[in-house]
Amino acid sequence: MSEQRSGITPWIVTIALAIALPLLFNKGFSLSLFCQMGINIIFALSYNMLLGQTGMLSFGHAVYFGLAAYFCAHALNAMGQGAFSFPVTLLPLIGGVIGLLFGVVLGYITTKRSGTPFAMISLGIGELVAAGSQMFPDFFGGEAGISTNRVVGPKALGISYGPQIQVYYLIAAWALLSAIAMYAFTKTPLGRMANAVRDNAERAQFVGYDPQRVRYLVFIVASFFAGVAGALSAINFEIVTVENVGLAASGFVLFMAFMGGTGSFYGPVIGAILVTFLQVALSGYTKAWLLYLGLFFLLMVLFAPGGIASLIELHRPAWRARQLGKLLPGYVALLVPVLIGFAGAVGLIEMIYFVETSGGGEGEMRLLGVSVDARQPTAWMVCFALVVIGVLGFRQLRPHLLRRWDDVTLALRAAETRAPSAAVPGVGT
Amino acid sequence: MSAALELKQVRKSFGKTAIINGVNLEVRQGERHAIIGPNGAGKSTLFNLISGRFALTSGSISLKGKDITNHAPFEINRRGLSRSFQVTNIFPKLSVYENVRCAVLWSQGHKYSFWRHIGKLASVRERAEKIVREIGLAHRADTLAGLLSYAEQRALEIGVTIAGGADVILLDEPTAGMSHSETEHAVALVRQISEGRTLVIVEHDMGVVFSLADRISVLVYGEVIATGTPPEIRANARVQEAYLGTATHE
Repeated sequence: MSEQRSGITPWIVTIALAIALPLLFNKGFSLSLFCQMGINIIFALSYNMLLGQTGMLSFGHAVYFGLAAYFCAHALNAMGQGAFSFPVTLLPLIGGVIGLLFGVVLGYITTKRSGTPFAMISLGIGELVAAGSQMFPDFFGGEAGISTNRVVGPKALGISYGPQIQVYYLIAAWALLSAIAMYAFTKTPLGRMANAVRDNAERAQFVGYDPQRVRYLVFIVASFFAGVAGALSAINFEIVTVENVGLAASGFVLFMAFMGGTGSFYGPVIGAILVTFLQVALSGYTKAWLLYLGLFFLLMVLFAPGGIASLIELHRPAWRARQLGKLLPGYVALLVPVLIGFAGAVGLIEMIYFVETSGGGEGEMRLLGVSVDARQPTAWMVCFALVVIGVLGFRQLRPHLLRRWDDVTLALRAAETRAPSAAVPGVGT
Repeated sequence: MSAALELKQVRKSFGKTAIINGVNLEVRQGERHAIIGPNGAGKSTLFNLISGRFALTSGSISLKGKDITNHAPFEINRRGLSRSFQVTNIFPKLSVYENVRCAVLWSQGHKYSFWRHIGKLASVRERAEKIVREIGLAHRADTLAGLLSYAEQRALEIGVTIAGGADVILLDEPTAGMSHSETEHAVALVRQISEGRTLVIVEHDMGVVFSLADRISVLVYGEVIATGTPPEIRANARVQEAYLGTATHE
């Protein structure tokens, strides 16, 4: 988390990827997946300004996303009726301002406290807004939500935002701009003091900073970017529902940021991409997709609480020292029992779901391409055995990998003492 | 010339327990003033009152002639008073350099700025680098503060305290828990950084106190029983009584 000399390369790669992706995968499914990923990247990054950078665990960040989405949907509808004209390209800016304004008002209350009280207040405000949606059905559109049409407003350069590909590039551009802006924010005095407040709010007071003010300002900035994401969501889906402001959506963004890793800037980007993919892809395959996501989350919390980014950072020194190859056989060997156990677990979960949802009907079902009879004990026993084999195999092979790790750590340390780094203050900036 | 720090009839009670019983204390500008006293005398509490960490029950405190009674810690800090802590109180997940830099920012007028790149603030960088060198941690500048050794963390604690350029410095047991050689090192550092500043220091090591301080105040049961130069304090009967415990006190 100390300042890395990350350079400009990752940004150029990201930009190139963002341009090239729809050319490589141009099916409608991929395109809509990429659009959701882009929106979620902004949302997750803005969430991490709170959690990762300032230590604020919010359970209500979707409020700023959702309210901005609602306002933008209404704005699109008003434009459709000819009330006013505004380029859709810049609508996310309006969304951002809406998010910011709500951040100014609601954030003032939320950031009055820190720690657990902060989390509780954010939860309360989230519930308050969700409840408010039933009091103002005209604005929130009741159960059905607010539908809209993005093909309105002045068309510059023939961009109507009718075709999804145009929406994709709109989202990609805003996601890149937002990510750059949020990254730049971490390099400002306020951004650095946010880290200081996260680490030790009390000490921040004794170097002249009001931690409450720091939290409040960061909260407002984070709400702005949540609003940008919300506006893009309204444009992309052309519908906004109460779910967008609710607790589930707030939990989901926490989920994405946490899975990716809150300890580094890029973590939430990975989290947003992965979780969006799992959500969209898994839900097409199995009804139990939420259960799998939950299990995945549980495993991450237990074994890699720093998220995927922490695993990457863990291997970075070995990668730099060209020692990663030593670890590879250990990981490949571990992969075998993991896959076996995973297959068994999936079989069990799928059969439980099948039996529970098919009622008293037939027992035949497809499982990983095999036809099995969930009414017979054979399939259950096989799956259970796979899980047991997987767990035992994992325990058997793990020490092997750990020994490899010890070797690598020793090698790294030896290299370090041979060439002591000429650390000079300020080099890292 | 007004006193750097003036406490008048300062009292502090937690519930019914009175910890500070009407302390009067005047710290002159530019002096090194040590506060000594037996355990539980209220030395750390006194620091917490002066620096705004705790609210006073009654009394008043002024800094360079201006009232700071019950002001917020960050307001008192902005008026030029900075303190260290007995239990190391730094930013553990930031590097040494960043710890110091965060402590420099406000004094250089950058406040809550989010429109300037911190790496490009030359005056901030120069000041932070200078402080890191002064506290002898230049070779550890990029290390996370939480990974430093105990003595290094204590040095960083002092660095964070002085980085903002405050002219009144409160140090709470800067040598606590240090070995003999580490203590020597720390005392040299304290002597160096207090040059041209007002220093108030709480310290248990009497050798350190008597060699460092211009004046000493003795705090016993929440009251200052004596203030004077080291020879005066050494000769003071009440101080001897309090320290040797030859007579029962209240």
